[in-house]
Amino acid sequence: MLAEYLPILLLFLVASAFAVGSVAVSSLVGPRQPNPTKLSAYESGNEPLADVPGTRFSVKFYMVAMLFLIFDIEAVFLYPWALVFRELGWFGLGQMALFVGILGVAFIYEIGRGGLEWD
Amino acid sequence: MEPSTPLWVPVLQTLVVFAYFLLFTALLIWAERRVVGRMQSRIGPNRIGPGGVLQTLIDGVKMFFKEDVTPSMVNNPIYTVAPLVGVIAGFLTVAVIPIGGEVTLFGEEFTLVVADLHVGVLWVLALSSLHVYSTFLAGWASNSPYPLMGGIRSSAQMISYEIAQGLAVASVFVYAGSLRVSDIVAAQAGSGPIAGMPGWYAIPLFPAFVVFVVGMVAEAGRPPFDLAEAEGELVGGFHTEYSGLRFGMFMLAEFMSVVVMSAIVVTLFLGGPSGPTFGLPDAVAWVMPVFWFTLKTAAFVFFFILLRGALPRTRYHRLMDLGWKVLIPVALVWVLVTAAWVLVSEAGGISAATRTWLAVGAGVIVIALLLTGERQTARATDADVDAWDDPDRDDPDRDAKPRAPHDEEVAP
Repeated sequence: MLAEYLPILLLFLVASAFAVGSVAVSSLVGPRQPNPTKLSAYESGNEPLADVPGTRFSVKFYMVAMLFLIFDIEAVFLYPWALVFRELGWFGLGQMALFVGILGVAFIYEIGRGGLEWD
Repeated sequence: MEPSTPLWVPVLQTLVVFAYFLLFTALLIWAERRVVGRMQSRIGPNRIGPGGVLQTLIDGVKMFFKEDVTPSMVNNPIYTVAPLVGVIAGFLTVAVIPIGGEVTLFGEEFTLVVADLHVGVLWVLALSSLHVYSTFLAGWASNSPYPLMGGIRSSAQMISYEIAQGLAVASVFVYAGSLRVSDIVAAQAGSGPIAGMPGWYAIPLFPAFVVFVVGMVAEAGRPPFDLAEAEGELVGGFHTEYSGLRFGMFMLAEFMSVVVMSAIVVTLFLGGPSGPTFGLPDAVAWVMPVFWFTLKTAAFVFFFILLRGALPRTRYHRLMDLGWKVLIPVALVWVLVTAAWVLVSEAGGISAATRTWLAVGAGVIVIALLLTGERQTARATDADVDAWDDPDRDDPDRDAKPRAPHDEEVAP
């Protein structure tokens, strides 16, 4: 069973060797002339103003993250059902339609309340 | 994999798949620069190698000798790991994608795939979502305003479209009844509902196919959905603070995700490596599946390039509207429709005439839904334009009037 994953481990090693090796070789052969301006944050030539740790950003991203969680869990429920629904028949389809329907009502409510408006 | 298989078989499979996708990515970068060059009435790189085909190689070598600046404020080691995550996850995604059929070499028969896992497509979904980590960690660990904004923005974009893609793939699971990639490919190998038509899932699952294709453009962060790199507002987005070969790793990951996404859509919806072999002798017949797979994947890669040359970047709210309000509902409904369809067919099916009318009806509903979505978006855009339209634009005293305080005046 786990032997199936052996070639994937091999691919992982090859890909890692490629990626890590390239970056390592580049850091060996590339020039290195640091200066304070080069090492500061890029803000189009201005003096760096923003103090990034602790910066606040739009709450909408938080909404997207929560919705993502809900729908991802829905997808996680859909996958096993998709594999066995032939045995479950119409009963299983009805159950899944009910589940998707409940989520759908909440989703429509959220759109109606402007939860996904970006302006 | 049976224990009797000699060790060189998986090693060869791994190296072939790795080299195939690396080479494909290098050719994509060259092809994109040439095609976009043509579309913009210029020539594109044409000096190194025949037609400039070695340009990517030279650019890669050049990057080795560039300074790799690590700015002082970054959050190491996350900053260093982020580009590597993208590239490694990109390569691992293709582990379950068969790039060809059966090959017999030195008496060993094997398929040109790294591993044909039971969980198959789930592996693809899991690994392609790891790509978000590369983007987000890079933006977060750079500790700099533009990368942070770009990182958050493109993470939100990628997770949104990931749901749409995941739900579109669910229809494939329903139709195929298996997660294993070889089963999905085998199920598409025969003839379709009409003789002579290929049995590709793109035909019965057309809405899911469209959702997946739109989703993959957004997932790969390609134009017109390349909001992560909106250079007019975010400089370079999440990779602003990267330079040298680490920046090159992000580029490689982005271009590779184009090839990988094309390979996935070909496998799931267009039959993968299946195709006619024209009665070639067995010794060379193995070339044909590789050829078909490469041809189909190249067609999608070309589609990506044309999109980049043809369309302007969308605005962020339109991107999110399309993902959440169109693609996800369509994909969800289509899963249930497919399931009902499969159950009806198993119960004996319905007559050809009813089937045609049902198909037409479903198509009309989908198109109507798409069109209403489009109209709503268009209305929203008009409203935005009105809001932006400054009524005082021609007023000579405009600057004298008191205005809302500017951002700089608010203490951060």
